[in-house]
Amino acid sequence: MERIPILRMGSFLLVTIQVDMHDQLAMTLQDDLTSAIAKFEARGVLIDISSLEIVDSFIGRMLANIAAMSRILDAHTVLVGMQPAVAITLVELGMSLPGVRTALNVESGMELLHALSESPEETEADGAAEN
Amino acid sequence: MAPQKTETLPIKTASDIVAARQAVRLWAAEMKFSLVDQTKIVTATSELARNTVQHGGGGHMVMSIVESGIHQGLHLVFEDKGPGIADVEAAMRDGFTTAGGMGLGLSGSKRLMSQFTIETKVGEGTRVAVTRWK
Repeated sequence: MERIPILRMGSFLLVTIQVDMHDQLAMTLQDDLTSAIAKFEARGVLIDISSLEIVDSFIGRMLANIAAMSRILDAHTVLVGMQPAVAITLVELGMSLPGVRTALNVESGMELLHALSESPEETEADGAAEN
Repeated sequence: MAPQKTETLPIKTASDIVAARQAVRLWAAEMKFSLVDQTKIVTATSELARNTVQHGGGGHMVMSIVESGIHQGLHLVFEDKGPGIADVEAAMRDGFTTAGGMGLGLSGSKRLMSQFTIETKVGEGTRVAVTRWK
C-alpha cells in the first residue's frame, strides 16, 4: 500500500508531502502520524507542503486533525511551505486552518518547533506541561 | 456559446478525483489562467468531484472551453444519478455537512468560480455546472 514516509529527527517527526494525494492516502498519513507521535514520544511534527499544488477541504481537515491530535498527545505541529496561491484559495474556500501553526519554510519551522517544545506552555491552563 | 473543445471523465473513485484535478490543471494552464486562478479552479474541481463520488455514488465530469464575446472560460459539469439533494439551500450553506466533512464543498466551490449553477432532483441525481472566465 502506498504511504507517505515519516522521518524521525531526534524528538521531531518530519513529513514532506510530494504527491497529489488521493483521499485514502491522506487518511493513512493522519493515522500513521498520530501513531508515530505516540510510539516515538515525539515533541513536534513538521509537515512540508511546499510541493502541494492545492489544499482542498479534505486535505485541510486532515491537516487540522493532525494538529489537534498531536496537541492532545503533547506534541506541536508546524505546517511549512504553503504556496501563496494555495493560501489565497484556502481562505476563499472558507478554511483558515485555525489552530494550525505555520512557518514559511523548513528552517523557520524547525526554529518554531524548538521554541515551542522548549518553552513552558503559555496558553494551557492545566500547567502540566513538561519543560 | 458552442464549446471549442470538450472531454468527459468518469468520476467514480478517489483516484478519479485525482485524475480530474490533473486534467483540469492541464487545461487551465494551457488556457493561460494565472497560477492563483488555476489553483482555485483545481480546488473547486476537487470539491465537486468528491461530492460526485461521496454523495452521488459516482458520475462523470464534462470539461469544455467556452467563449463569450472576447472572453474564454473553462466550463465544468459534474453529473451523477445519485439520491439528489433534498434541501439545496441548506446544502449551499457553509458548514452544512452530511458526510462528516467541513461542509465547504458546494459553498466554497461557488466562491472559487465565476459562475455556479446546481440542478438536483431527489431520486434522480445532481448536476453542478461551474465556469471560470479569464
